[in-house]
This record gives sequence, structure tokens and C-alpha cells, in this order.
Amino acid sequence: MKARMLTYTRQNSPVHRLTGAAKLIFFAAWSVTAMITYDTRSLLAMLLFSLVVFRLSKVRFRDYSFVLYLILFFFALNHLAIFLFSPLEGVSIYGTRHDLFPIAGRYVVTEEQLFYQFNIALKYVTVIPMALLFILTTDPAEFAASLNRVGVSYRIAYAVSIAMRYIPDIQRDYENIAFSAQARGIDISRKERLTRRVRNVIGILMPLILTSVQRIETVSAAMELRGFGQRRKRTWYNGCPFTARDYMAVALIAAIVIGSAWLTFRDGTRFYNPFR
Amino acid sequence: MKQLEDNEPIIEITQFTFQYRAQAEPTLRDISLTIRRGEKVLIVGPSGSGKSTLAHCINGLVPHFYAGTMQGSARIAGEELGKASIFKLSERIGTVLQDPDGQFVGMTVAEDIAFKLENDGLPQQDMIRRVTEAARNVGMEQLLDASPHELSGGQKQRTTLAGVLVSEADVLLFDEPLANLDPQAGKLAIELIDRIHRETDKTVIIVEHRLEDVLHRSVDRIVLIEEGRIVADASPDELLCSGKLRRAGIREPLYWTALQYAGYSLTPAMKPASLNDIQLGEWVQPLQNWYEQERPEPLLAAERPAVLVLDEVSFAYERDGRPVLKQVSLRVGQGELVSIVGRNGAGKSTLSKLVCGFYKPTGGRILYKGQDLASDSIKERSERIGFVMQNPNHMISKTMLYDEVALGLVLRGADEASIRERVHDTLRICGLYEMRNWPISALSFGQKKRVTIASILVLQPEVLILDEPTAGQDYRHYNEMMEFLLTLTRQGKSIIVITHDMHLMLEYAERAVVLSDGEVIADGEPAEVLTDARIVEAASLKETSVYELALRAGIEQPKEFVRRFIRRDRKERGA
Repeated sequence: MKARMLTYTRQNSPVHRLTGAAKLIFFAAWSVTAMITYDTRSLLAMLLFSLVVFRLSKVRFRDYSFVLYLILFFFALNHLAIFLFSPLEGVSIYGTRHDLFPIAGRYVVTEEQLFYQFNIALKYVTVIPMALLFILTTDPAEFAASLNRVGVSYRIAYAVSIAMRYIPDIQRDYENIAFSAQARGIDISRKERLTRRVRNVIGILMPLILTSVQRIETVSAAMELRGFGQRRKRTWYNGCPFTARDYMAVALIAAIVIGSAWLTFRDGTRFYNPFR
Repeated sequence: MKQLEDNEPIIEITQFTFQYRAQAEPTLRDISLTIRRGEKVLIVGPSGSGKSTLAHCINGLVPHFYAGTMQGSARIAGEELGKASIFKLSERIGTVLQDPDGQFVGMTVAEDIAFKLENDGLPQQDMIRRVTEAARNVGMEQLLDASPHELSGGQKQRTTLAGVLVSEADVLLFDEPLANLDPQAGKLAIELIDRIHRETDKTVIIVEHRLEDVLHRSVDRIVLIEEGRIVADASPDELLCSGKLRRAGIREPLYWTALQYAGYSLTPAMKPASLNDIQLGEWVQPLQNWYEQERPEPLLAAERPAVLVLDEVSFAYERDGRPVLKQVSLRVGQGELVSIVGRNGAGKSTLSKLVCGFYKPTGGRILYKGQDLASDSIKERSERIGFVMQNPNHMISKTMLYDEVALGLVLRGADEASIRERVHDTLRICGLYEMRNWPISALSFGQKKRVTIASILVLQPEVLILDEPTAGQDYRHYNEMMEFLLTLTRQGKSIIVITHDMHLMLEYAERAVVLSDGEVIADGEPAEVLTDARIVEAASLKETSVYELALRAGIEQPKEFVRRFIRRDRKERGA
């Protein structure tokens, strides 16, 4: 099968060896921290750390290249939008104004704005490696068990797992449906006008939704026949107990959160200000 | 033979009637059936007879998952059906559903087998032990870590079976276990079910319409259902001799049909239910006589002009990756019906996708009436070569039959009057004209399949590729579908059928092309191909029982016997 994009591959690395629960906790805390802080020193340190971990994990570029490009595209779009909607955001945050060059009307490039957007870029690149790692190194079979361990109801946890199980099947359905639709003349390529294209895509989605609904019916019948959802608790074949390694990871993220918070809020503002 | 008469009944259904909520009439009427502990029972019936509903009454999906009204009584493993929950029943009745893909809920084999145990809250250590044991029982112990998309249909089904065996259920219920398997895997499945039945004291219930394949191993009883009623409940030998199966539209074993053509009435004493046990005795001579009477087939008609030619076509999904097709050459003549067979992953569907232009070959040429197709788009090709997928639901995107068939023409910007004319013509050919104003949701599976064929035919392609056109259809629908395709070939259309169905190959295809690991390993007359043990093995097929019969009767040219039988059988059914 081709199109194995952004899926788990079994490998052996320090990151792969962590349990899903530890990785989930780590990733969640990491993202929140990176989102809160605008402290450039903290972000730089975190970025450095994430790149080292990324290197350690041995994930292959081709497993995530497509998604990375997609993210970079939105990343660029996002930056453009920030500048368009609020060209002087940096000035109001940092309280000073150093003009570099004007573009037109209220659009003036300032050092403050550049620095502000640089910080946002840093946040992105700090979170992206961890997000990719979390997806690429967490065994979906174990993930549901991890969610359940951190307190999510097992019904919801299993729903997530079953969704992951059927994503490749639904991808295959989609491919088949799209093929046969194209053969009948339903064009979804760029050659078609946008309005027609949207209508054509909807034409493909109809059968996809119907077959998926049938799939869901079969799966839920099969699950009920095997006693799913009858008891308050269930156990997990693939559940992994926490090991010293996992406790270390959790301790590490706690240290990072505290460290970053201390750096960030020490002077009463979330923004590290080099202009004063 | 175990003494079963004295065993306690495990399923007791008396004067039971069931009607689905959305149906106007009951699906099951006045059913009375007793199954005792340790029995092995086959429930047969044509599509829509109610046999699946009966299976759902045994595992509790009816009425708890599929709602409806019941009358009469049904006691399943001591529980009253209406009162016991699916969960309660699942402790006693283990079900293997028809679709091996849909019921595979785990991310790996081991996890799927463990699913029931996880839900029961068993500690991890116990689970691992019991999963390993169950996996060994079905021969899946080497594949515990495999994910579902790495497995064949047969392996997925074995996994599900192991998932049922880990629990303490004492009834194993198989709902159409052969529907999605190739002949070889189907044979193995029947052997496995039989072994488990013999080694444990479990009760086995199989719901199927493919009688001959199930009878590969003996069953204690066959229950025949027709239009929601039980019309027979007897030993296989008795039932085969009664003629009731044929009248209900169930295909009798081929060797059995051959014996009937030889002209004698048959008795249960001959033990006709199994080709291994059958007492031919004085039958050998009549068979010989019949064989000699049937005139040899005339030589094949003159070579037809080629419509589609594949010239050393190769393909790999990734550059430098594993080749899926290796220099495949193939020729399809006008008005010919060719079947392409082979194991899962042999390259059959890739081949059709290359012809339709969904993928580009990495080497070789595809010619349509002598012209290279390389520069033609998918859309352009589809006016010459139509592709009908296995699952009609993958193709249907409109709610009304007429709109669905007209879609391809509408998208090509044809004017309304000519669209109407062509759609009506096509609907007449396909026998759907009377239903032209129907919504598609009102159609049966077989009719939907026809609609998808019509929606392709309306574009007037010369070549039609069909992926498993008869999958999931009973004998009567199979016959109708194939006779319909034959009428198309008489109109000059060339038809390529990708299939696992041995009967289809033998009875309707002029040629069978066998793919194995991306290479053509045989290309010839189906009777020839299906009697070659090496090819049968490589393509995961099965030798036909008529051939075995010919061998047992000492016919000198068993292949010719198969040929003559098929020809005679075609005549009988065409009439």
C-alpha cells in the first residue's frame, strides 16, 4: 500500500519506547507552554531541545514531508494575515516604535512587528516537531489505553482508536470512488471551474458517506456482539505500565513548564522585550 | 458420529415470526427449529429468504440491534430472546460475521483476538496467554503483531474466529463465512471450522448459500429456508435427493448435477453429500455412456479482431519499488468474455486501473483497436473502456435511478433529448426500464449492481471491465447477471471479469487469464486452467468437483468430461 502518510511505524528509539500516556502528557504540556510564553529565550531553548529529541527519534523525513509542507504553507498564510490585519501589533506590545520602511498607507514594517512575528514563528517551530513526533511514534493500538489511563472514558478512548483503525480503509474507499467518478466524467482536478469542482467533490462524498455509515453499522454490531460497552471498566491488551523512563519524561516536562513560566512571568509580562 | 439426539437443546425456536420495523411484511414466518448441543447445522436459503435474519435471532442482533416485532418463542442457550441482552447472549453465542474487514476492530491481530477479554476486564497476563493459545488454534500465532491491511481475507476471518474462541461461548455462529473469500481460503475455512467442531464440544451453525463449498466437510443437518419459512430440515443426503434445494434456487454440487444428467434417480443410500463418501458402484457405466453420448464440442470460432491489447505492461507504485505487474501481455477480442483470476494482491485490480488510466504503466503499451492509449485521459478512455466496481455503493451518487444512469452523459454536455433516448435504450438492455422512475434506495443489491453497469454502458464503451460482478449474489441472481453479460457480448461488447468465482469462470468465460505475483502464468480455456493443479494452487483456486468425479469414474479424458458437462449445463440453464 502506498499513501502511508503520517502513520505510526514500529521503530526502536528512546521516544518510541515511552508509553503513549507519557507522550500525551508531555505533548499537551509542551504545547500549552509554547503557546503561553512569548519569551524568546524560553522559546529558543525549547526549540533546541525539541530538535535534539526529534533527531533521537529516528523518524524518516518521507513519513511526514507532505504534512510538513502543508503546515509551512499555513504558517506562511498565517504570518501574512497577522501583518495584514494588525501591522503595528508589535508596536503596541513592546511600547516603542522603530520604523524600517513603509509599504503603503498604514502598512509600515517596524522592528517591533518583525520581532513579534519572529516569536510567533518560534512558537510554531517549537510545537511542530513535538506534534509530528507524537503522531509518528505513538502506537495507535496503545494510544487508546493511554487516553483511558489519563482519565478519558474508555468508550471515547476506543472511539479514537477505532477511527484510526478505519482511516486507511476509508482512504481506500475514497480512492475507489474518486476513480470511478472520474471515469464517468466527474472532474475534480484543477482543470474544472471552482463551482463545478465543489459540486463534483460533493458528488463523490455522497457515496463515501453512505459506505462509511454502513461500515459503522457493521463495526458497532461486531463490537456489541463481543461485549463492548457493557462494563464500567475494561482492560487493555496493549496497555503499558509506566516505567522509570516515563516518570523521567513527565518530570522533565514539569521542569520545562516551571522553567519557562519562571522566565516568562519574572518581569510581569509574557513578552520578552529587547527594545527597552 | 457423536450421539446427538440425547443432548439438551441449546436453541429452541417455536412458531416464531419476526417483522422488521421498516418492513411491511414479516421476514420470518412461523419458524420452528431445535438445535442440540454439539450439532453442526447448515442453514441455506436464497438471498432475501430470511436466513441472515434467523442468524441475527440467534445472536440477539434481532431484536436488540435491528428492531422489530416478534411472535412465538425463541429460547437461546436457556435465555428468552426478547429479554436477554446482546451482551448476555454473546457470553454463549460467538458470532463470525460475513465481512472480515468490517468486524476487525483491533489495530493488530492480537488486539482483535483480545477484544472480548478486554471488555470482560481480564488482567493483561491472562489475556496474553489466552490470545496466544487461540491464535495457535487457528494458525495465526506468527502474525500476532500484523495490522489488518497486511492480512488476506482468510487471515482476517481466522483472527475473528480466534476472537470468538477465546471466550467461553459454546455456540459458534458463522454468517456467510465464504462470501468474501477466494475458493482456496474458503476451503481452508470450512476445514478449520470442522476441526474446531470435532476437537471441542461446541455447537456450530453455518449460514451460507454456497452449498457445495460447505459440504466439503460433513454437517449433521441442513435447514432450508425459503421466503421466511423452513421448507426442509433433514440430513444432507436426504435433502440432496429430495430436489427441494434446486427448486429453492440453491445450487446443488456440480458432481451431483453431473450424475443427474447421466440419467438415474438418486438415493440417500449413495451418500451423495460428499464426493469422498459417494458410492458410485454401478454408476460408473452410465457416466461413461453419458460422456460418450454428448457430442464433442465444435472447434472454437475463428479468431476475433483484437479490441484491447496489453503489450508487456509493467507497473510499480513507487519508483524502484516492488513491481506489481511484470511485463503482462494480454489480448481481448471483440465480443469475448475473459476472466482474470489470481490471489489477492496478484495484480488483478492494478491491471484494470492501468487500463482505465488511473495509473500510468512504468513500461509497455496498452492498445485500443491498435492505438496507444498513453496520451488519453481517464475521461476519454471511459468512452471506450468502462469499469464497474465490485461495490455498487461506491459508484452510486444520485438518489434517482434515471439521474444516476444519465449522469455520465449530463457531465459530457449532451442535449436532453439524446440523453433521454440513450438512457432509455440502456435501461431496456439492462432490464431496468420499468423501474426508471424509482429511487435507488428501493432497489435490491443485484438491481443496484445492474444500475451501475447501465451507468457505464450508457457511455457506449466497447470494453467493459467488471470487478466481481456476482459477489454476494445467490445462484439465481448469479445466473441472471451472467446471462445478461452474455447478451452484451453478443452485441459485440468485450467483457473482462475479475473474479474468484470458479463457476463463473468455468461456465461463462471463454478464456481465463491467471495472474500470480504480477505475471501471467496461464492464459487459456477455463476447463484447461482449472484442471491444472499447479495453476489452481498458484491462483488460490480449487479444482472443480466434476473433474474429481470424472477421475473417480475412470473417464479417460477428464478435462473433456468437464467441458461436455459445462456445455450441457449451460444448455439446461439457458432454457
